[in-house]
Amino acid sequence: MKKGSASYEFVKGLWKENPVLVMLLGMCPTLAVSNSAINGIAMGLAVIFVLVMSSLIISAIRKLIPSEVRIPSFIVVIATFVTMTDLFFKARYPDISKALGPFIPLIIVNCIILARQEAFASKNSVGLSLVDAIGMGLGFTWVLFLLGTIREILGFGTWFGHPVLGGWFHPLIVMILPPGAFITLGVLVGLKNMIKKES
Amino acid sequence: MKLEFKMIAVLTAIALASGGILAYTYVSAIDSIEKNNEEAKKKAVTTVLPGVQEYKEVKIDKHTSYFIGKKDGEVIGYAVLTEGSGFQGMIKLMVGFDRDVKKITGLEILENVETPGLGNRIAEDWFKEQFKDRVPELCVVKGKKPETEHEIMAITGATISSRAVTKIINQAYEKLQKALGGEE
Repeated sequence: MKKGSASYEFVKGLWKENPVLVMLLGMCPTLAVSNSAINGIAMGLAVIFVLVMSSLIISAIRKLIPSEVRIPSFIVVIATFVTMTDLFFKARYPDISKALGPFIPLIIVNCIILARQEAFASKNSVGLSLVDAIGMGLGFTWVLFLLGTIREILGFGTWFGHPVLGGWFHPLIVMILPPGAFITLGVLVGLKNMIKKES
Repeated sequence: MKLEFKMIAVLTAIALASGGILAYTYVSAIDSIEKNNEEAKKKAVTTVLPGVQEYKEVKIDKHTSYFIGKKDGEVIGYAVLTEGSGFQGMIKLMVGFDRDVKKITGLEILENVETPGLGNRIAEDWFKEQFKDRVPELCVVKGKKPETEHEIMAITGATISSRAVTKIINQAYEKLQKALGGEE
């Protein structure tokens, strides 16, 4: 796969340039909301939507934005889509909105989105930016899902709210607390590096 | 000069477009959001006052109001809708009291921004069920089963959120008593 080809730009976000495991971006939402599998997935999906929409708009108007004001322009576009997502959930799916609580507004502080605008969408075509955004979004989502799964099983003994470990298991509360997020993420990043070295 | 002009023009255009889109989204969403809130309120009243058929809302102050719940024309209890500080932000809840304003008949957490997986477990059924038939002033116990009718077991790892809920309920109880006392 060659750099610049659609398939390369899609796959890189999943593994080689994974936003969480390699670039260590978006740490705030990654650490804060990965305490259960469903939270991880919900956060991931919302981020995919905002990332894809922002990348589309930014890449479409990239030639009009003077580089001096590119950051405020990106932020306004991102904030617009985050607010739209928030309103949409509140109006259509109040139950989901209630369950997600502060996750949706948290997307604004997710620097993966800003980083993709700065590093990719502002320099590439609409098509490539779309592929890049989907790949990065999925890369973010699977890591959050894995983190959430590990932390939920060890911290609550459940998966998607269903008990998966027997009564013998004593939940490790630390896993759902902030230290659990750091420990799990550290182990995952270490594993990723080990696999990279061997291949 | 040309660059400055372009910077201003582009930012203004983006901000205007954003404002326009958001205004449109807001206008098309607000009706559904209010309807949802109204329905959530109705559902909450029926949850915290089992068997209620009709209810009337009375405002106490800006963030607090109470509902007189009736069944077959008779008052069966009062539900207080109120909010107070939690661990991170505001917790909005509704708590039901029986006709004599003594025992709690039910609790519903309407809004909270507590820590996901810890503090926000205040919205889980097992925690809310605990408040049934309890008598204010409430207090929180840790790591042991509640012994008296005033005690509530705290959520592991979320004592502050658990304590916040009992505090809000205690305040709601006082406000309701004052409001009802003033009427008679």
